[in-house]
Amino acid sequence: MITLDNITKTYNKGTVTAVKDISFSVNPGELFGLIGPDGAGKSTLFRILTTLLLADTGAASVNGFDVVKDYREIRKGVGYMPGKFSLYQDLTIEENLNFFATVFGTTIKENYDLIKDIYQQIEPFKDRRAGKLSGGMKQKLALCCALIHKPAVLFLDEPTTGVDVVSRKEFWEMLKRLKAQGITILVSTPYMDEANLCDRIALIQKGKILSIDTPAGIIKSFPDRLYAVKSAKTHQLLIDVRSFPGTVTCFAFGDSLHATFKDNQEGGLLPYLQSKGHADASMQPIVPGIEDCFIHLLKE
Amino acid sequence: MQPVITTEKLTKRFGHFIAANELTFEVGKGEIFGFLGANGAGKTTAMRMLCGLLTPTSGKASIAGFDVYTQTEKIKRRIGYMSQKFSLYDDLTVAENIRFYGGIYGMATRQIKDKTTELLQELQLQNEAKTLVRELPLGWKQKLSFSVSIVHGPDIVFLDEPTGGVDPVTRRQFWDLIYHAADKGVTVFVTTHYMDEAEYCNRVSIMVDGVIAALDSPANLKQQFGSDSMEDVFYELARNAKRKAD
Repeated sequence: MITLDNITKTYNKGTVTAVKDISFSVNPGELFGLIGPDGAGKSTLFRILTTLLLADTGAASVNGFDVVKDYREIRKGVGYMPGKFSLYQDLTIEENLNFFATVFGTTIKENYDLIKDIYQQIEPFKDRRAGKLSGGMKQKLALCCALIHKPAVLFLDEPTTGVDVVSRKEFWEMLKRLKAQGITILVSTPYMDEANLCDRIALIQKGKILSIDTPAGIIKSFPDRLYAVKSAKTHQLLIDVRSFPGTVTCFAFGDSLHATFKDNQEGGLLPYLQSKGHADASMQPIVPGIEDCFIHLLKE
Repeated sequence: MQPVITTEKLTKRFGHFIAANELTFEVGKGEIFGFLGANGAGKTTAMRMLCGLLTPTSGKASIAGFDVYTQTEKIKRRIGYMSQKFSLYDDLTVAENIRFYGGIYGMATRQIKDKTTELLQELQLQNEAKTLVRELPLGWKQKLSFSVSIVHGPDIVFLDEPTGGVDPVTRRQFWDLIYHAADKGVTVFVTTHYMDEAEYCNRVSIMVDGVIAALDSPANLKQQFGSDSMEDVFYELARNAKRKAD
């Protein structure tokens, strides 16, 4: 449904490389996540795929159409929600939606089924100007506008950035329902925990793909034994675990630390920590998460 | 613990809308205090009152010993502020930004000079002193921005979603800086959407619909709500929020 073949894009006359030799494909009906921090090149890929930016080299297609030659066809058949809110601030919710429907030669009524679940949540405020909406409501309106022409592919660039946990959960529920209706979705996010909600993900950093697989596949390829270490004094614990000679990596993860050790040296940690005053220290092997994998891949 | 932030029934109304409703809490010296809430819960309004930028409608608050109604200029000298949206000047170099903020906070030239050397060394940015801030990677910018916000040795630093958009390792390095500042006695008042970061705070408050719905250490909150993670605690409290405005 989406293919990229050795896509490279530079800015400032070639001095800044945004993405380098990126190749991957997204299958029809798949929910595919691009996971990475700011500056990884996520938005550049979105803009190339939505025909708003030309790649320096490489080829890409969406829904069988070439992003350069067939840009008109692509624009008709995709929905795009950019990272920056891009609707008309001076138009109301309803006017914005009507505008986008008209531009694509359709009506709100014709595709109402597709947006109904989402639109109903903002419909009570349909006469409010978009500029006056909260972050969560803007996000829902932008999604409705991206869907109103019933696109085959939906591009969502960081739809949940800066949004609270509750709205993020609601948003991913909406994506699941859209996926169930057969829409192919490419979504980017800096939140590693959202990776688990995708069918497949690409971990991306500084314009390069670190890994592409299902979330389970990426977790399975984590090469080391990972342990969670806990004590009441988390910050002091971090310093002390890092100073333990057998420690390879150690990072804070919420209320515990995630650490890897040199071969068979983890056994020495607890006595070491007790000697450092962590009488309550405990450790247990755990299954890594996507964030553990990302940190591991960054090192390589 | 000696309190540096004390509020009592601190309230802000905009017409009929009560943005912040009778907030009562204390934050101690050197504490890392997480200030969480759903979008629209009233966090920004509360923070602006605490920084002396917005006059409360009613209630009391004292920041670093100064009153939020009558001594706002004194408050501003004793606090630092950093947000992801606004921090450094892109068109100034690293050293110029430090000098600019030092000057704004009324530091002596000599003091600014010493502090600049110290900061650049701490952040390992010695070779970047003359680099324009716009050319720095986001992670470095955030670290510099934080250091600049405490360049004048404030009692409290307010961090408004400081770590958005950086990779997981850089995000953790940023927290190392936060701990370091807190160890030196700076009180850290921080908002975040990353729930793992809520765990790094000594205590956390969660605002829902203008009120503080919960306030305790992460461990106690998890126990109280029978949850494994702060994300679940937050979700339990905020999912029934009526307000969803920003």
